Amino acid sequence: MTQLILEQALNGLQFGLMLFLLAAGLTLVFGIMDMINLAHGSLYMVGAYLAAAVTQASGSFMVGIGTAMLATALLGALLEVSLLRRLYARDHLAQVLATFALILIANEVVRMIWGAQPMLLNAPDALSGPVSIGGFFYPAYRLLLIGVGVLVAGLLYLLVSHTRLGMWVRAGASNREMTEALGVNVRLLFTAVFAVGAALCALAGAMLGPLLAVQVGMGESILILAFVVIVIGGIGSIRGALVGSLLVGLVDTLGRAALPSLLREVLSPEVASSLGPALASILIYVLMAAILFWRPEGLFPARG
Amino acid sequence: MRPTKCLFALATLLLLGTSVHAAEATSVKVGFLSTLSGPGAGLGIDIRDGFNLAVKQLNGKLGGLPAEVIVVDDQQKPEVAQQIAEKFLKKDKVDFMTGIVFSNIMLAVGQPVFDNKTFYISANAGPSQYAGEQCNPYFFNVAWQNDNLHEAVGKYVMDKGFKNVVLVAPNYPGGKDAMVGFKRFYKGKVSEEIYTKLGQLDYAAELAQIRSLKPDAVFFFLPGGMGINFVKQFVAAGLSSDTQLFAPGFSADEDVIKAVGRRCSACSTPRTGRTTWRTPRTGASLPTSRRNTDVCPHFTPSQGFDAALLIDGAVRDVKGRLDDKEALRKALEAKHFKSVRGDFKFNSNHYPVQNYYLRVIGRDAQGRVTNKTMGTVFTNHADAYVAQCKMK
Amino acid sequence: MGLYASSPRRRVAAAITLLALLALPWLMQTLDQGFYVSFASRVLIFALAATSLNLVIGFGGMISFGHAAFFGAGAYTVAILAEGGVHSAALAWPLALAVAALLALLIGAISLRTRGVYFIMITLAFAQMVFYLIVSLKSWGGDDGLLLLRRSTFGSLDLKDDTTFYFVVLATLALVLLALDRLAHSRFGRVIQSIRENETRMEALGYPVFSYKLVCFVIGGALAGLAGALLVNQSGLASPNLLHWMQSGTLMVMIVIGGVGSVFGGVVGAVLLLLCEEFFVEISPHWQIGLGLVLLAVVLWAPLGIAGLFGWGRSRE
Repeated sequence: MTQLILEQALNGLQFGLMLFLLAAGLTLVFGIMDMINLAHGSLYMVGAYLAAAVTQASGSFMVGIGTAMLATALLGALLEVSLLRRLYARDHLAQVLATFALILIANEVVRMIWGAQPMLLNAPDALSGPVSIGGFFYPAYRLLLIGVGVLVAGLLYLLVSHTRLGMWVRAGASNREMTEALGVNVRLLFTAVFAVGAALCALAGAMLGPLLAVQVGMGESILILAFVVIVIGGIGSIRGALVGSLLVGLVDTLGRAALPSLLREVLSPEVASSLGPALASILIYVLMAAILFWRPEGLFPARG
Repeated sequence: MRPTKCLFALATLLLLGTSVHAAEATSVKVGFLSTLSGPGAGLGIDIRDGFNLAVKQLNGKLGGLPAEVIVVDDQQKPEVAQQIAEKFLKKDKVDFMTGIVFSNIMLAVGQPVFDNKTFYISANAGPSQYAGEQCNPYFFNVAWQNDNLHEAVGKYVMDKGFKNVVLVAPNYPGGKDAMVGFKRFYKGKVSEEIYTKLGQLDYAAELAQIRSLKPDAVFFFLPGGMGINFVKQFVAAGLSSDTQLFAPGFSADEDVIKAVGRRCSACSTPRTGRTTWRTPRTGASLPTSRRNTDVCPHFTPSQGFDAALLIDGAVRDVKGRLDDKEALRKALEAKHFKSVRGDFKFNSNHYPVQNYYLRVIGRDAQGRVTNKTMGTVFTNHADAYVAQCKMK
Repeated sequence: MGLYASSPRRRVAAAITLLALLALPWLMQTLDQGFYVSFASRVLIFALAATSLNLVIGFGGMISFGHAAFFGAGAYTVAILAEGGVHSAALAWPLALAVAALLALLIGAISLRTRGVYFIMITLAFAQMVFYLIVSLKSWGGDDGLLLLRRSTFGSLDLKDDTTFYFVVLATLALVLLALDRLAHSRFGRVIQSIRENETRMEALGYPVFSYKLVCFVIGGALAGLAGALLVNQSGLASPNLLHWMQSGTLMVMIVIGGVGSVFGGVVGAVLLLLCEEFFVEISPHWQIGLGLVLLAVVLWAPLGIAGLFGWGRSRE
């Protein structure tokens, strides 16, 4: 029983940390530039495809991840300079539509280049088995994901709270005009933030690729979860994104794991096991609706 | 553009459309609707390739008439499949339909096709509904009824004396048929039936649950990419050292072996554990569909191959009079071809009666990981629903 | 705004459009292209759905990202009733409308307390809730959706016949458009448009802004439910994908292409999008790249959509 709870908790943590990689970039773009970017999920997909392609070509997973992060960051910056910049001043409807268009384009381009079938991306052999800690087994690769997630969260924390760049970013998130007035090159800052967000997307895509599947449309489902995370956490707040990610990850996984067995006490196995995961998914949205209702600015509002 | 102009443009477009699709009375039109993208795409692509291979070997003809095969992807979405089927029936006016992989899509599309008196030749989906009460003169299945392969695994697991089994299948008609089929011949303890979402790719929560239940065997039915992920994650979680994995034939087809086989064969060596992965199947492989030299012959394409041959034989038998539905049905029932995977005959519900074999993943003479046929599980096995079928 | 308002030219255009649409089934039957009668019904149903969203977004200024929930609710209501043996359109369709309206009332009452981007997100969250709820309910088909094996019955009309069904859809759409045009020029219409332009001012003037917006939201939801009821009859399947957020996105695309806030925006957008889908997909399977680029261009350079380009969109105050 302890093994089960611990394992599910770790699964939730792993899922949450991967969500955080996506949410971190999204929340900054959203917070600082007041911009809804639906194409964030597409960057995640492109990152995963690039990682898979480079890994297949070079034979090295590390090279694959590195290249994917760099290339996606570049793509993100390019996108920001060429297109998204024009949308900052527009209303949310225009932003939603334009980035929705980007999703359509990205999906088709990926399908043209890599085909409609999922791409195969395998983790290094050394990580394909389990790790045993005193009789407790856990997949090595998932452990690595947790490690990477914690590391990135730590780095981001240092970057945002202990560097000048981070100070600008925080300033930009809480009051854009004031920051601009103080002489910060906000345009450049935006591009940089966007590139970092894109790189984190690629990291998440590449890391989750071996676990899930690298396929067209992979960004759409996870994108909505990332939005839920940042709305729960408070738009623009890295800390909020982390808390929101972990909350969503744990609620989703523990709900999926525990609800069926709880429901089975009263219902048939089939009903219980299909209602369970669905109720767990709804739980996330209920959480979000409730938080929006009572704390419309999220748990950690960035704007003071 | 004003609305009126818009409409004229539309009318012109439609007129253009008609000239392109002028009906050719002397050909056979086949609407091939299948899952060709997404995680379930592997099976659909194999079936398509098998079907096309047969048509190619017949010099582009079916039953001596030029064949026109219209291939469309259903994206594994029932509503998309329905729209395409409507187009096949009403616009393209196809003579036959085939290709569907997933039973939920089959059930969504079936009724309009049968109502239109168009023959559907299933190369994969074999829902229990169409074998029993809802059996239909316009539905033929050259593969199997969904339960059959699972029944074979169930029997094998029972015979080998496994006592405590966990079942995993996606929550859709095919998945439910799988669990029912397995339990029809396995009478031991089932400690858990886990239903996953169709298309699910992360099985962390389910694997943790399996670990806590400590079964001595796991039976899973997860077609396509879902199965690949499940096996990968199963091995990664370290469950393979004390739990044996069982799956029906197509969950351990060569695509899956290619993706995970190296690891699975590694865990079948005595050093790390005693896992072998056993799967029953029907008959020999299709020798001509080798797509890739380092992958051994596929099994799934033979289903598409057989579907084409069935149509070929029937069209030839009725001498191209495709409008004589009664004669065409009789010709299809007579089955004028010999299946490449070992022969079968149609039961009264238009599902096959055939042998089922067991195969085990191992290395062949050249050291490649592949399936080895080990023995016969069922001889001339029929499905369990045929008695409920009122059709004669 | 509106088509019937001032210009006699528009009145003529509308009449000709209507005549052409009336002649369409006959034309298609003559050409032996019966498939396109059914296809035209589908287009008109999506036109109705898009129009209903246009009422909420373009007219009421509420950017709802969860409109698919109401669309799907209507479809499921009809399919579930049919499952229970109720096939009468006279009963099932108004019920579908009512269920969608009730759902919209519930979601709207909570969501309208938030503003801006939070409103977008909370409507999205609610739609996702409905989506997952439907997916989980096995007795209603779950992932597979719910089949409607026979169309609703409507007095002596044979809806199974594609042409009859088409005329019913056409009549419904025409009536709705007429009603919306009247609504736009009613007191309610003027107030809600003023709220869209300047909410604070209207509040200061003493208008119950919240109630006005809620009523507008509910009417939009109800009409989407009606469209859903028609769609499930056309296709024969209530699928959970009708409720998916990508569906909400597609409806938004339709009205933006057609023209946000123009009575005909939804219709034009739906017709264009579905026609493109139907014909371009045969030219290239990658036609969605083109659609994406067009959409980008519309957003960047023609924010009022096709309607705006031709000057029959809403006038900017």
